[in-house]
Amino acid sequence: MPKLIAKTPLSGLWPVTHRDLSLSEVALDRITSVAPFRGQEKALAKALKPLGLAFLAPNSFAEKAGVRLVWTGRDQAFLINAVLETPAAALTDQSDGWACLRLEGAGAADVLMRLYPLDLRAQVFAPGQAARAGLNHMASVLMRTETAFELLVFRSMARTAWAEIAEAMQHVAARRAL
Amino acid sequence: MRLTCPLCGPRDRREFHYLGAEEYLRRPAAEAASAAWDDYLHNRDNPAGETRDLWYHEAGCGQWLLVTRDTVSHDIRKVELVATLKGGAK
Ligand SMILES: [Zn+2]
Repeated sequence: MPKLIAKTPLSGLWPVTHRDLSLSEVALDRITSVAPFRGQEKALAKALKPLGLAFLAPNSFAEKAGVRLVWTGRDQAFLINAVLETPAAALTDQSDGWACLRLEGAGAADVLMRLYPLDLRAQVFAPGQAARAGLNHMASVLMRTETAFELLVFRSMARTAWAEIAEAMQHVAARRAL
Repeated sequence: MRLTCPLCGPRDRREFHYLGAEEYLRRPAAEAASAAWDDYLHNRDNPAGETRDLWYHEAGCGQWLLVTRDTVSHDIRKVELVATLKGGAK
């Protein structure tokens, strides 16, 4: 069988830069939805242990050696860039369903606060925090790392999200230049 | 208007979808009298004051919420997860 070349959701787009702000795509290997079955929390904790991760409180994520677990709903999290096999949870491959964007640089929170109805200032939305929230009209999973915001949107909306963030970046950069 | 989702925290109204009165949580049995079905489907109070209705956290966690609010003062008194209510869906 011929080997097909997978394209990332935002392939063909160069990172966008305005002043200190930069928007780029994060290529993810794998996303698995992990939804623990009722009463299986302990068994799931055991299965996650080799990854150095534990199931999460709402609105947070954790990362260990490039593997990330992010809360995405009641009794549900996404495991990013790792393989998990366990009968303790419903596991669903989501790898090709999402696009991941990274926004970094001074003013990144200002850019995203134009699109998210959330207070994203660092003292309110700190590194390690996550949110399921609407990016304008799009469903998304937003995460703040030590250095950037990373967000997941449905793959079908990747370019719309990209364009809207890029436009907001331009506006924030223009204001900062005044 | 803001609702404080028990999971997600305080969120803007545009993240939520409104369904209607709390009565939707009390679906009559299939063989119930037609008056019970009539009440369930059509008959609603229109209180000036406390009301309880169902909202869906569409752009957030995807949970159904039972909101207790005041139609006079616009106070939001309580927001509960339907899933964890007694007799709620699991
Ligand atoms: Zn919520």
